[in-house]
Amino acid sequence: MNEAPKLNSFRAGPDEDGRFGIFGGRFVAETLMPLILDLQAEWDKAKNDPAFKAELDNLGAHYIGRPSPLYFAERLTEELGGAKIYFKREELNHTGSHKINNCIGQILLAKRMGKTRIIAETGAGQHGVASATVAARFGLPCVVYMGATDVERQAPNVFRMKLLGAEVKPVTAGNGTLKDAMNEALRDWVTNVDNTYYLIGTAAGPHPYPEMVRDFQAVIGQEAKAQMLEAEGRLPDLVIAAVGGGSNAIGIFHSFLDDEGVKIVGVEAGGKGLDGDEHCASITAGSPGVLHGNRTYLLQDGDGQIKEGHSISAGLDYPGIGPEHSWLNDVGRVEYVPIMDHEALEAFQMLTRLEGIIPALEPSHALAEVIKRAPTMGKDEIILMNLSGRGDKDIFTVGKILGMGL
Amino acid sequence: MTARMDRKFADVASEGRPVLVTYFMGGDPDFETSVSIMKALPKAGADVIELGMPFSDPMADGPAIQLAGQRSLKAGQTLAKTIEIARRFREEDQRTPIVLMGYYNPIYIYGVDRFLTDALDAGIDGLIVVDLPPEMDDELCIPALEKGINFIRLATPTTDDRRLPKVLENTSGFVYYVSMNGITGSALPDPSLIAGAVERIKTHTKLPVCVGFGVKTAEHARAIGASADGVVVGTAIVNQIASSLTEEGKATDATVPGVEALVRGLSAGVRSARLAAAE
Repeated sequence: MNEAPKLNSFRAGPDEDGRFGIFGGRFVAETLMPLILDLQAEWDKAKNDPAFKAELDNLGAHYIGRPSPLYFAERLTEELGGAKIYFKREELNHTGSHKINNCIGQILLAKRMGKTRIIAETGAGQHGVASATVAARFGLPCVVYMGATDVERQAPNVFRMKLLGAEVKPVTAGNGTLKDAMNEALRDWVTNVDNTYYLIGTAAGPHPYPEMVRDFQAVIGQEAKAQMLEAEGRLPDLVIAAVGGGSNAIGIFHSFLDDEGVKIVGVEAGGKGLDGDEHCASITAGSPGVLHGNRTYLLQDGDGQIKEGHSISAGLDYPGIGPEHSWLNDVGRVEYVPIMDHEALEAFQMLTRLEGIIPALEPSHALAEVIKRAPTMGKDEIILMNLSGRGDKDIFTVGKILGMGL
Repeated sequence: MTARMDRKFADVASEGRPVLVTYFMGGDPDFETSVSIMKALPKAGADVIELGMPFSDPMADGPAIQLAGQRSLKAGQTLAKTIEIARRFREEDQRTPIVLMGYYNPIYIYGVDRFLTDALDAGIDGLIVVDLPPEMDDELCIPALEKGINFIRLATPTTDDRRLPKVLENTSGFVYYVSMNGITGSALPDPSLIAGAVERIKTHTKLPVCVGFGVKTAEHARAIGASADGVVVGTAIVNQIASSLTEEGKATDATVPGVEALVRGLSAGVRSARLAAAE
């Protein structure tokens, strides 16, 4: 699906055991192991099947609306007075975020495998909506696990999922956020192994999910690279994306990993600051551990118990990160930095007023980093940012914080 | 492998009955009560003890064991303290095998070498780590076997004949057959299906096969024990403990005796299992 990687490439992983360096792997219960091996076998066949690619491309063009535009943010660039800022407009996709790219790919696999029931976990609800959407499109029943806290703060997406025919199951275990929803989805899967396909929404979990989700999202970077060459005749100097589990980020990063002149930055949710527990900066403030099928950077205590993260953005509210990001951090190819809640909120408002684009709170974190860096760069330099989702779902959260009655 | 485990299975087999394996969560509802529960188990008829290591994200467990883990962690339980429970038990019981059961991350963070050294020193005989399939044997299974600690693997209904040899390859002590596709505490499937699965596994290994997940009553223990070498009871014991606690989750005078009474009943169940089979 991607172009062949070079020798000594940053794009060669994972190995056949699903490892990116020490990260990744297949840490799952025996009941799930045969399912994961089946999925891997089917994925290996599908990714080399021209008919599969043709169907994916066709749905990409006519159902998702690909390619998404590359947009030069002229007024924001002028305001910040430095590097030229381009957005990859994934928020214009059907369902309003990059999540649909992965969902279309995985539901085609589920169909190939003869599965008749879809389950998914969701935090902000974007992946839940995208899963419910493709399940409706392909006529399969869909159950979405969502933390009870998130059900409350993302009410519009809950309603959308229900309209699309999905059953939304609130999860009250733990803090009722994304990690608890993922635990519950795994419990469902282990119970319904015969007919159920688990549609994981981010580039994490047991092998082959991190690789598979990345490959479905890599279309973002492939398009952006070609579009940038057309617009500017050269590659960007800096590529930036927000990282929760990390699927939009790995999607835009992957095509640029072997381009030496391109600096790459992933932005984690710094929440209320890294000193306490109210953040989700797995790489900047966590340590390697094993959760949800893979080894990766996690927020955990000294006894290996997983902590609940915090972020203003429900989509970044996960105490882990995809294993490929952990590896890219450790080998030094990608720099990961935190952005605080209030910085993301300011960026959200700035983009809304200057460009007439209401971004989701997740890419607002990436935008806050752009706002910091652009003025320090030359006017002949270029930043490419993944505008991974639109902010309609967040207007209630933001309105509440800003004290605006709705 | 550890002599204690093999001796126990041989002794019980010579009595012509299946082994009763009992699970409880270390540190639930608190450290000291846990030590008392563990000491009470063999006296009530338990042959092997599975000591649960609490984890914040127990993906293979149903609500009862999830809540037990939360109570335990809230009371300040750590992996070091769970090993300490075993050490305290071992001071007065040198015959009952102890198996630590849980998830990998707390062990990984404790450090695999240090964990194995401390576990061996505390008199622990085996490990069940739910999220380490054979594909991950280099992490803990191989180092444990090298140190002389049993690594007990779960086999499940999805483990077909093609995969079974891989699952059994580095398994020692006994094989834990999970009676259904699902989480702990679910409903028990038809015992005749389980008997067929146990037979299937026995064509691949000489190790004893114990059956767990869904075994809740003496009658279940009797029915499963008719074909299996052992039965594992977990959620029923954890539920018994939960039902004895105060509203704040504190132990009461009924906590330890309640477990004793339940295990005595289960023990009577396994002791009549082969009689039932012969009827």
